[in-house]
Amino acid sequence: MAKLTVEDLKRIKEEVRSTTVLREGGFRARINIHMGTCGIAAGARKLMSIVLKEIEEKKINDVMVTTSGCAGLCSREPMATVEILGTPPVKYCDLNEEKMKEIFIHHVLDGKIVEAYALARGSETTY
Amino acid sequence: MPWQEEARRLTEMKTYRTHLMVCAGTGCVSCGSLNLKERLESELKDRGLSDEVKVVITGCNGFCAEGPIMVVYPEGIFYKKLTPDDIPFLVEEHFLKGRPVEKFLYTGPAIKEKVPLLKDIPFFRHQVLRALRNRGLIDAENIDEYIARDGYAALSKVLFSMTPEEVIQEVKTSGLRGRGGAGFPTGLKWEEGRRYDSFPKYVICNGDEGDPGAFMDRSVLEADPHSVLEGMTICGYALDAHQGHIYVRAEYPLAIHRLNIAIEQAKNYGLLGKDILGSGFDFDISIYPGAGAFVCGESTALMYSLEGKRGMPRIKPPRSTEAGLWGQPTVLNNVETFANVPAILLKGGQWFASLGTEGSKGTKVFALTGTVSNVGLIEVPMGTRLRTIVYDIGGGIPDKREFKAVQIGGPSGACLPTNLLDIEVDFDSLDEAGAMMGSGGLVVMNDSTCMVDTARFFTDFSVDESCGKCVPCRVGMKVMLNILNRIAEGKGEMEDIERLERLGHHIKESSHCGLGKTAPNPVLSTIRYFRKEYEAHIQEKRCPALVCVDLIQFRVNAERCKMCGLCKKACPMDAITWEKKTPAAIHLEKCVRCRSCIQACKFNAIE
Repeated sequence: MAKLTVEDLKRIKEEVRSTTVLREGGFRARINIHMGTCGIAAGARKLMSIVLKEIEEKKINDVMVTTSGCAGLCSREPMATVEILGTPPVKYCDLNEEKMKEIFIHHVLDGKIVEAYALARGSETTY
Repeated sequence: MPWQEEARRLTEMKTYRTHLMVCAGTGCVSCGSLNLKERLESELKDRGLSDEVKVVITGCNGFCAEGPIMVVYPEGIFYKKLTPDDIPFLVEEHFLKGRPVEKFLYTGPAIKEKVPLLKDIPFFRHQVLRALRNRGLIDAENIDEYIARDGYAALSKVLFSMTPEEVIQEVKTSGLRGRGGAGFPTGLKWEEGRRYDSFPKYVICNGDEGDPGAFMDRSVLEADPHSVLEGMTICGYALDAHQGHIYVRAEYPLAIHRLNIAIEQAKNYGLLGKDILGSGFDFDISIYPGAGAFVCGESTALMYSLEGKRGMPRIKPPRSTEAGLWGQPTVLNNVETFANVPAILLKGGQWFASLGTEGSKGTKVFALTGTVSNVGLIEVPMGTRLRTIVYDIGGGIPDKREFKAVQIGGPSGACLPTNLLDIEVDFDSLDEAGAMMGSGGLVVMNDSTCMVDTARFFTDFSVDESCGKCVPCRVGMKVMLNILNRIAEGKGEMEDIERLERLGHHIKESSHCGLGKTAPNPVLSTIRYFRKEYEAHIQEKRCPALVCVDLIQFRVNAERCKMCGLCKKACPMDAITWEKKTPAAIHLEKCVRCRSCIQACKFNAIE
């Protein structure tokens, strides 16, 4: 009967770890999707899906995804805040799936703020 | 083929933004954590969050006093005492809208503010997790999650890059000593086991945890069974043994269940059985549920029990490493010892030895129970002060009571008083204090505990559990118990104290096995540290802690009585009369001396 080899063991480790690493801390970046009633109504759930899909496809394991309530600017929803840890967070507004994907690739992965969609720097406090 | 099916499942593994780690140790399960899980899953499904938020069942988180417990990652937020009815609100607020729910957060004694993050809670902050490195972080029933946390990496390193001698040397370098109680150097034991050229050899894991108030082994087996399997397999490689047995109490059904799952999964992956990882090394493990005799925690008695014989110790030598199970060379280690092994082999003996004291390296797991605010399972570096354990981690003594003693090491251990709170806990310092590490039960006692009664309780336990093979333990302990009973009934003589001490020393010196050699410790230590209390029982016919019912008068002290009437409410016999603004009175003809009034009175007004 074919059994696991050392390489299989390493492969399992890498693959599973990418899905469980979020329990260990040590994040490089955080994406916060604003999920107040207004955000959800404007399509925040789609942003969440596209972010999770990107993370999964690209096997990213150092990005934390959180939600928060209404940011108080309901007319500009859906909104998201991206924070590369150690730098000020950036709020994006009037988003859709394409814009979110763009932000993910340029800002989260490359560290370049997508100024066209950015609203402001700074964020409300979350845990 | 089995593992390829697993692999297919792996590729289907999804990324979730949030993991909810629901504690499913025995403590939290009995508080209803499995209902919590069901409710969470159905609520997440209703809210359309099933693809984003994952519910994971873990082993014991450690903070049993606050169960059922759930930890939310990536934030690391700690929720306590949840009920299924809290779930809909929690899911909407936190997992949909991202607002942690304050009312379920932790707040502790002397802490006014809520503490949202697990890592900031004092109970966790002072701990160092090595044997429990995976607790609360993995699903104990999923081998992949163990592998993701470097599981079986030590085994593959050992099998492909180390000789058995190198393995033993690494364990010796680590300074690891047996966590079952006696503290025998593990590396030395393995070396002995390897030395004898008689085959087959056996590896045994001792999970016959019998000390009252101890649950370390259970928690390790429930939270991280694979770490024990991996440690045993490494031991097997070092000895050239191919069969391991886990002797575990039948009273631990959840531990046995998870062990069975773990063994099954390891076999499917080829991490147990023939030709492990293609290295040519074979090793198998079976489980043997023990019927719950305390003496079967003694290594030779355990082996007889495994052979199907009556569990009784035998004279050593020969040591088990020479002639153990079925007369063959056998290495027996405790659950916690084996759980430490993979980390030692992966990170090196030096790394392990970097923590701890001169003679005791690494960390030790303790079951912290008794009258302490934070009851639970903890792991601290060797050499941690008792004060840190009781006050910083344990949160001190609740109900405005005073600390009196801490009982360490169960029926083999001792009661240590206030002036030993600054003792640095390791094998040698405890030995010096007349105590014993034991397997790691730590029972905190407040000032309402009577030391004579405590000594009596443990002596009674040892009398019950003595196998009866040798006279000192069988007869001697019974005589000690009779003397203690006499003292507790107010019929003691001053000479009794000396009799107890003399007899105790004789029993320690002449008993056959570890049970008898240590059974007098509770009595000897209480005489050593609380002699005045024995004298009060004998000379003044008085039990200062109001525990020994024969020495309590059951009379209300009118000066101390605040006329609150709580004693009247507590009395099940209507033996207390009380009116507003008058002190209560106890009518002895109706009183059955149940002590309910003493427990109810907040002013110590009953004598």
